[in-house]
Amino acid sequence: MNKRIQQNVMIKGTKDGFMLHLDDSCSFSELLKELAAKLSENYQFQENDPVLSVKLHTGNRYLTLEQENQIKEVIHKQKKLTVSDILCNVVTVEKAKRWKEENQVTTLNKVVRSGQIIEVPGDLLLIGDVNPAGTVRAGGSIFIMGQLKGIAHAGFYGNNQAVIAASIMTPAQLRIADQINVAPDQKKVHEVKCAFMNDDEEIIIDKLHVLRKYRPNFNRLEGGL
Amino acid sequence: MGEAIVITSGKGGVGKTTTSANLGTSLALLGKKVCLIDTDIGLRNLDVILGLDNRIIYDLVDVVEERCKIHQALIKDKHFEDLLYLLPAPQTRDKSAVNEEQMCKLINDLKPDYDYIIIDCPAGIEQGFRNAIAGADKAIIVTTPERPAVYDADRIIGLLEKEEHIEAPKLIINRIRGHLLNEDEEMDINGVTDFLKVDLLGIIPDDDQVIVAANKKEPIAYDPNNRVSIAYRNIARRILGESIPLTPIGEERKGFIAKVKKFFGARV
Ligand SMILES: Nc1ncnc2c1ncn2[C@@H]1O[C@H](COP(=O)(O)OP(=O)(O)OP(=O)(O)O)[C@@H](O)[C@H]1O
Ligand SMILES: [Mg+2]
Repeated sequence: MNKRIQQNVMIKGTKDGFMLHLDDSCSFSELLKELAAKLSENYQFQENDPVLSVKLHTGNRYLTLEQENQIKEVIHKQKKLTVSDILCNVVTVEKAKRWKEENQVTTLNKVVRSGQIIEVPGDLLLIGDVNPAGTVRAGGSIFIMGQLKGIAHAGFYGNNQAVIAASIMTPAQLRIADQINVAPDQKKVHEVKCAFMNDDEEIIIDKLHVLRKYRPNFNRLEGGL
Repeated sequence: MGEAIVITSGKGGVGKTTTSANLGTSLALLGKKVCLIDTDIGLRNLDVILGLDNRIIYDLVDVVEERCKIHQALIKDKHFEDLLYLLPAPQTRDKSAVNEEQMCKLINDLKPDYDYIIIDCPAGIEQGFRNAIAGADKAIIVTTPERPAVYDADRIIGLLEKEEHIEAPKLIINRIRGHLLNEDEEMDINGVTDFLKVDLLGIIPDDDQVIVAANKKEPIAYDPNNRVSIAYRNIARRILGESIPLTPIGEERKGFIAKVKKFFGARV
């Protein structure tokens, strides 16, 4: 009996718009109905009002893509509202797995030989050489404790912040995200070098310490998710 | 129960057949019973180097296609009473005449009767290579110090890593010429082993006598004084588990020896 009085949609103002908290125990159709009613009763927009961004929080309710779209549709009926983000306490197992993988460091102790391709979803720590015509790929960054003589591709899924570091940097080719750098013949020096993308979207090779300047957010002390 | 060792390289002409013949001979000289298998179908030549080419009646394909029994196809090397045999390859067929399953069966049939089965692999990474490695327990990679040969060896080692039935391969560097070793531009022994990162089983000097021996149809390994022969005999003893330091035969150059000793010292 209490349920009728309970609010399924709570509106909270924030400094850059407002947040809609959507209850996660009522049925989805109930939620949609109440959302539409609440919005039209609370907001009467004028032609020259600024656009307001709305964040949604769905609590412990997992929304399918279709449900997300239905909710967006209801909100966008109010001409001056736009959904900027949908927050949720839950993720699918699949997504959680991918997150975990992409945030993981894979450590490998081997020589990547001619014709071999090593691919990892997160960062790669290779203890060994990449020989000519060998390839390493990572969704994140690549760190090679050994000589890079073959091809290294960091940010394989598009992350252009990824970097490539090697104890001896004599690559055949470097790739970061969708950029390719056919390395000019590097001298074999025993000094750790790193490669990263600069603001002009060029891959440059430099000493390791410059990384601090270009990638100040590289530290990841908390680790994991 | 014997063990099967494949002699392979990737690049052609680096000394697989020479190594198969001389290693087989050296092991037999040490009293081991050895069967050599030539898997280089279409380009038969292990029989020639051993001087057994006139005595071929049946070959590898006859055996797997069951036109004869294994023992009918094996040619006995008359240098020995009952130690060295060859299963020759036909010249008139191509590599697809045999498959991997047949090779495994053949080698398993031979294993109870031999201490070592040595498989001479054709160049390349196609069917012939697949056949040669199918039944092997161990692999020996032959390379010369030239870069293209070393790069191909790297590719082969990478392919062998995927074969769980084969132990980590060992390396023979063939055709070492004394005067190359001090030059930075060429790959020296350290350069090759640093690059390939596999255990070194032995180094073989470059010696015209190898070619002379091939023409005489008698493997160089029968000559007790030749440095190539000594190198192969030492490799055979290492295969039997003896620890014999790697020393170059003949040209005893100081820098070279120090290098080799350093390398081997770190390993044994
Ligand atoms: N240590 C050596 N010194 C001098 N000549 C050598 C040496 N080793 C091999 N050769 C010569 O090199 C040539 C190629 O050797 P071999 O036939 O053993 O190579 P392979 O790897 O079996 O070749 P393929 O790939 O064609 O089967 C032969 O003429 C052989 O006599
Ligand atoms: Mg050959």
